[in-house]
Amino acid sequence: MQNAVYMDYQATTPCDPRVLAAMIPYFCEEFGNSGSSSHVMGERASEAVEKARAQVAALIKCHSAEIIFTSGATESNNLALLGAARFYRERGNRIIISSLEHKCVLEAANSLKREGFEVVILPVQENGVLDPAVLRESINEKTILVSIMAVNNEIGVIQPVAEIGAICRGRGVLFHSDAAQAVGKIDVDAASMDLMSISGHKIYGPKGIGALFVRMNPRVRLTPLLYGGGQERGFRSGTIPTPLCVGLGEACELSQREMVAESLKLTEFKNYFIRKIFDNLERVQLNGDQELRIPGCLNFSFEGVEGEGIMLGMRDICVSSGSACTSASLEPSYVLKALSVREDLAHSSLRIGFGRFTTFEEIEYASSRIIEVVKRLREMSPIW
Amino acid sequence: MKYSERVMDLYVNPRNIGSLDEDDNDVGTSIVGAPSCGDVIKFQIRVDGEGRISEAKFKTFGCGAAIASSALITDWVQGKTLEDAKHIKNREVAEYLSLPPVKAHCSVLAEEAVNKAIENYLEKKGSRNG
Repeated sequence: MQNAVYMDYQATTPCDPRVLAAMIPYFCEEFGNSGSSSHVMGERASEAVEKARAQVAALIKCHSAEIIFTSGATESNNLALLGAARFYRERGNRIIISSLEHKCVLEAANSLKREGFEVVILPVQENGVLDPAVLRESINEKTILVSIMAVNNEIGVIQPVAEIGAICRGRGVLFHSDAAQAVGKIDVDAASMDLMSISGHKIYGPKGIGALFVRMNPRVRLTPLLYGGGQERGFRSGTIPTPLCVGLGEACELSQREMVAESLKLTEFKNYFIRKIFDNLERVQLNGDQELRIPGCLNFSFEGVEGEGIMLGMRDICVSSGSACTSASLEPSYVLKALSVREDLAHSSLRIGFGRFTTFEEIEYASSRIIEVVKRLREMSPIW
Repeated sequence: MKYSERVMDLYVNPRNIGSLDEDDNDVGTSIVGAPSCGDVIKFQIRVDGEGRISEAKFKTFGCGAAIASSALITDWVQGKTLEDAKHIKNREVAEYLSLPPVKAHCSVLAEEAVNKAIENYLEKKGSRNG
């Protein structure tokens, strides 16, 4: 195989050519500012943006007007946490998140601590799933916001967000979910949520665009992060990037249309991959719940070998590792730690992510290469 | 991580992988690092009658830099006297391999591995003579 095999679909996905085709006209021809409502160029841009908004809304089953375009999931998560906390601070100061949240949620919550908020980080079970009973107990009268991701980016485990949302609603607490890794892959319904973050480049759309669902009924309010022309219902000022919005909209529509077929294909790939690894290598564990997971994300620990060491042995295969050696911090994955994965096994982990454009030949090739490299490194490992 | 060609060469074609018999009187063994930290080097030397290292072997659990550093020191110590081998410094290893600063600890482990294997050999020898 000459080219690199891309197996890092949780890091980012390639832009679907159909998405790119939909975007192209909005760079040089239909370049109008969707805010310039008094002329035709502005009108046409505005129509394109509103069509895209409707496409995003359809995927998560909400109203178009409840979709706010942002620069990506990091901004959406920051706007949700900081915006809601600051707006509702009179009501209380307690924010609840889980230990598996993406850095942008963890760090946004951290910054709220400096503003005087109390941040509770809930532990998860060893399978990576949050026990709703633990959440129920941690909500008190000071709690204003709960933020729990729908699907984790490192292990692919799915959280019971509908149940979590119901608990929050019952207690009058806002529920935000970072659904960047979930939408387009599994059915995500905004009904149980007040706020939801979406990313373009995780679902074959362009980088630099995301969305935040902000519930209108009952109305959820946010203090904006950016002030200016009052675009996006005042939640997010700044000229709307028409081509990126069109790309996100198209990406959402394609995922919605192809989700079932794609999920079937990826489930077959996943089952084949897991079986082949377990048939050929002993002392391997699949991290995270074995069933409650999206099919395109596998996280294995290969006992006795180090993750970066494995990656170096197969430079033509793009995967990632929870090993400290792949991070600047020299700390192994905090997600695996939260699952109580033994530290040496966290260093031994590889995340393998596949998706829409993955072929069976790539699955076959990558799994064979991993088996070969792990065997070679185990022969030279003092702890094997 | 973008590694130098020397690291890649040592990683792809490491020489001196393996073990010596720990119980041999002329063998010194060290195990440095910890699995929980993500790197463990097992390093062994055989010392001849004239106090020179005649053979060195290693086994490493770790990243590319850890593997390359340990492979490199097995090359470097061979034929050296114990005194000369003790003078191998982590900085030389890091410089030779052009290790990025974040990987400096791998070369520190390599230096520690050499010194501890020599200590182990001398202890064994001392207890035999004493």
